[in-house]
Amino acid sequence: MNTVFQRTSVLKNCSTHYCPGCGHGIAHRLLAEVVDELNIQDRTIGIAPVGCAVLAYNYLDVDMIEVAHGRAPAVATGMKRTNPDKIIFSYQGDGDLAAIGTAEIIHAAHRAERITVIFINNAVFGMTGGQMAPTTMLGQITATTQQGRNPSNGQGYPLQVSEILALLPGTVYVERCALSGVPGIKRTKAAMKHAFGLQMDDAPGLSLVEILSPCPTYWRMSPAKAMKWIEEEMCKAFPIARLKG
Amino acid sequence: MAGKIVIDTERCKGCGLCVVVCPKKSIVISKESNKNGYFPAQKTDGDCIGCAQCAIICPEGIIQVCRDQMERIRIVAAPEKHSASHLIEEKA
Repeated sequence: MNTVFQRTSVLKNCSTHYCPGCGHGIAHRLLAEVVDELNIQDRTIGIAPVGCAVLAYNYLDVDMIEVAHGRAPAVATGMKRTNPDKIIFSYQGDGDLAAIGTAEIIHAAHRAERITVIFINNAVFGMTGGQMAPTTMLGQITATTQQGRNPSNGQGYPLQVSEILALLPGTVYVERCALSGVPGIKRTKAAMKHAFGLQMDDAPGLSLVEILSPCPTYWRMSPAKAMKWIEEEMCKAFPIARLKG
Repeated sequence: MAGKIVIDTERCKGCGLCVVVCPKKSIVISKESNKNGYFPAQKTDGDCIGCAQCAIICPEGIIQVCRDQMERIRIVAAPEKHSASHLIEEKA
């Protein structure tokens, strides 16, 4: 018997604090596998967000820093400009990147910063109790949209960050993937690997991988149903596509 | 059995994603809880083929997969040996 799959050493050997079935655990593992396979563990610096993944530095065995809410691309800019040989990535949720940090991500992309952004989109604010996020879909029921998100109630439309960033000349690679099932997870890993590879080749711009991730707790679903819901509902509002690069 | 999985049941949170993706239905949720109070996934005596889908989808990354490479190679090699032309020759 040969071992064909085991936990990578870049992922620390400890339990996570995430809810059962949360997509963050899968995304962390993919990130660790990519860093391991590209052999960049000693020169990678990660930036943890504010949100559910705030303790990401406890799980990934790379140098990491925790920054103010939404300001990860701004800090990444400074780190990349002072240490151009380092591989800098930020790991941000939709509350971090698409709400409070919209200005930072748009201007980091606009300045063509050579960083990689991993954007976890689960359509709710997971950490604070499942309130409506900018990425919440129309009709989706959350703690603050009890009747479903409705633009005529002044609740607006879902913000499609990847499409916006793909329009900017400062981005080199934008792709949206989903963690719904094994093929989607494999595709996500390939996208992450490509994004890191571009930064290693010093591609002139920002690379972003948006990942549609399940939040079974605040979607009020079982983990298996949440995976199905991504495919059936979320992919309609956020189509899976390689938007640029 | 072509494959074997090892689940770290003490760290499993019982989300059941591995149970759903297993093509051979050889993983079930245990009836006994672990020290954290979750009902963990548990391997049954079913026929594991070592496809590693459970390990790929596991959010905790606690499934290790082993596969009998020799058996897999034999399964893949078998149709080539009995290819159409070979069978025609045999018949003639």
